[in-house]
Amino acid sequence: MQFKAMILDNAEVSPGYWRMRMTAPPEMLAARPGQFVMVRVNPSIDPLIRRPFGVFDVGTLQPAYTGAAPQPYLEILYRVVGKGTGMLSTLHDNDILDILGPLGTGFEKGPAGEEKLIVGGGVGLAPLYLLAKELVKDSPVRLFAGGRTRDDVLCITEFERLGVECYTATEDGSLGECGLVTKVLEQRLDATANKGQIFACGPHGMLKAVAGIGAQRNVPTQVSLEGYMACGMGACLGCVCQGAEHSAENPDYRCVCTEGPVFEAAELKWEGN
Amino acid sequence: MRPAMSVEIGSLKLRNPVMTASGTFGYGEEFSQYVDLEKIGAFVTKGLSLKPRAGNPTPRIVETPGGMLNAIGLQNVGIDAFIQKKVPFLRSVNTPAIANFFGYTPDEYAELAARLDAIPEVAALEVNISCPNVKQGGIVFGTDPGCAASVVAACRAATQKTLIVKLSPNVTDIVEMAQACEGAGADALSVINTLTGMAIDLERRRPVLANVTGGLSGPAIKPVALRMVWQVARAVKLPVIGIGGIMSATDALEFILAGATAVQVGTASFVNPGAAQEIAEGMEQWLAERGIADIRSLIGALEG
Ligand SMILES: Cc1cc2nc3c(=O)[nH]c(=O)nc-3n(C[C@H](O)[C@H](O)[C@H](O)COP(=O)(O)OP(=O)(O)OC[C@H]3O[C@@H](n4cnc5c(N)ncnc54)[C@H](O)[C@@H]3O)c2cc1C
Ligand SMILES: Cc1cc2nc3c(=O)[nH]c(=O)nc-3n(C[C@H](O)[C@H](O)[C@H](O)COP(=O)(O)O)c2cc1C
Ligand code: FES
Repeated sequence: MQFKAMILDNAEVSPGYWRMRMTAPPEMLAARPGQFVMVRVNPSIDPLIRRPFGVFDVGTLQPAYTGAAPQPYLEILYRVVGKGTGMLSTLHDNDILDILGPLGTGFEKGPAGEEKLIVGGGVGLAPLYLLAKELVKDSPVRLFAGGRTRDDVLCITEFERLGVECYTATEDGSLGECGLVTKVLEQRLDATANKGQIFACGPHGMLKAVAGIGAQRNVPTQVSLEGYMACGMGACLGCVCQGAEHSAENPDYRCVCTEGPVFEAAELKWEGN
Repeated sequence: MRPAMSVEIGSLKLRNPVMTASGTFGYGEEFSQYVDLEKIGAFVTKGLSLKPRAGNPTPRIVETPGGMLNAIGLQNVGIDAFIQKKVPFLRSVNTPAIANFFGYTPDEYAELAARLDAIPEVAALEVNISCPNVKQGGIVFGTDPGCAASVVAACRAATQKTLIVKLSPNVTDIVEMAQACEGAGADALSVINTLTGMAIDLERRRPVLANVTGGLSGPAIKPVALRMVWQVARAVKLPVIGIGGIMSATDALEFILAGATAVQVGTASFVNPGAAQEIAEGMEQWLAERGIADIRSLIGALEG
């Protein structure tokens, strides 16, 4: 689906991290956790290609006065890293964006009742909020949020409001445990004899560590990947990642935009890069 | 009155001169949600090889001002999977599908041409002799007029269908290449493929693309493409298909004035999946507003 969205709110939630709410057509409410949108940050040719962002949240605003139609909305959480995200952060209420989505294959929820372990690093938390919202309906959910410093640990109160038990870790010790969030995850898995399912999104190194933990302890693990995307719909083949069996002789590339961005960690190759 | 928009490329009749470019439109189906395929002239499928090809390591894409570099490395499903999995969709749409393909030897090119010739759903063939991202093959054929002619002649002997040859801009003299292909039996020429380029990550002191170099496409290449279309159109009798940075109806019409009979829209489809359809509609509207009865009256009508 392609639509024009009007910005309702665009605010810095932590230094360098922004949260944007915009109007969306009702079909957007069907977005699955883990899906993403391609945003055209401005109508000129620079930046030219769209930028992908996970769906942070979707919902419906009930207008305060009677008679007005409820307004479905879409939210993204983004980190300013370059030209496109820099421009996004300068946009204001009532500005219009061009959006494609929801795109990609999201997370599989897994069996009800079983513990769900969500692991997010920095802005990797973005697609995990909608997931948590979905999972808390029928399962206990624990969040493991990590970052370099406290500024990288985002929106914890929102997760807590859902009833998610949150654990935090920072590399500089400024919030929660000092060190990597994967250590806290392992402690929990030790305590529960490796029960449950892991869902992760974040920097590649973190995903690799989580994939390793999942494999070693035989815990089903899904990860949401990033790829450099031009089209978001399986046409350019720019975004591919390597499947587990990939080798130079026997290449196995998976399209992150259509086959992912969410993959079973065991399906992918984690050595090397 | 509605302006006449149809044009001919060899024996291929197009309802309007706007096609989508190979490698930017998948196999058609990917975009069918966003484009009414029956509103565009034709679509060109991703470059095919005999065997499936994996393509290059990542990163394969990087944006540059007004354009993008890609080093996909011609990843494709191969001709067998194309026939099995992609051709059924082609049957379901009433728009010509042009198959783009490449080989590593003239024999391979000829074999592909023969196999594509046998597929009724393939309306025409576009030979890629110009991919910058494959070391062994491709580029050699696209930069040496003699090699190009031998590939084109081999394909010509293998197909009755309209044979379009896609030229590389990465040559000293594109006119010489165009003439070699014309002499060898091409029905039309596509001008241009991507320009070889490079991007550097200063902090890491490394090339951004895993393949080091890639093909530049998008608005940044339009002036080069226009110049080459203009040069080639004057030097050959064949219809020329203009490609390179076309983002709007205006861009497309400029290519027609420069001598193109039709155009292909590439990178623009990434930015706006409905681009090709919007460009076709915009061209028709432009003509209607000026009372121009037939798009063909604009082909090569550049003055001065
Ligand atoms: C499926 C998917 C979902 C994503 N979801 C989110 C999200 O919810 N929130 C968020 O903040 N970011 C997300 N990203 C990353 C985001 O798309 C990039 O940060 C953004 O495109 C950078 O644009 P820019 O113009 O600001 O940066 P550029 O000026 O293009 O580049 C600046 C720096 O960012 C890096 N970069 C550029 N594109 C990407 C990319 N696709 N992935 C990783 N690094 C990149 C470059 O290598 C460079 O170092 C997602 C990416 C994907 C593929
Ligand atoms: C991601 C990508 C993949 C491409 N793959 C092919 C291909 O398989 N065969 C081919 O002949 N050209 C290929 N091209 C070149 C385009 O068809 C076109 O010639 C070029 O992009 C210039 O047009 P544009 O500026 O409108 O994109 C590719 C271009 C891009 C951007
Ligand atoms: S982004 Fe184009 S194929 Fe995935």
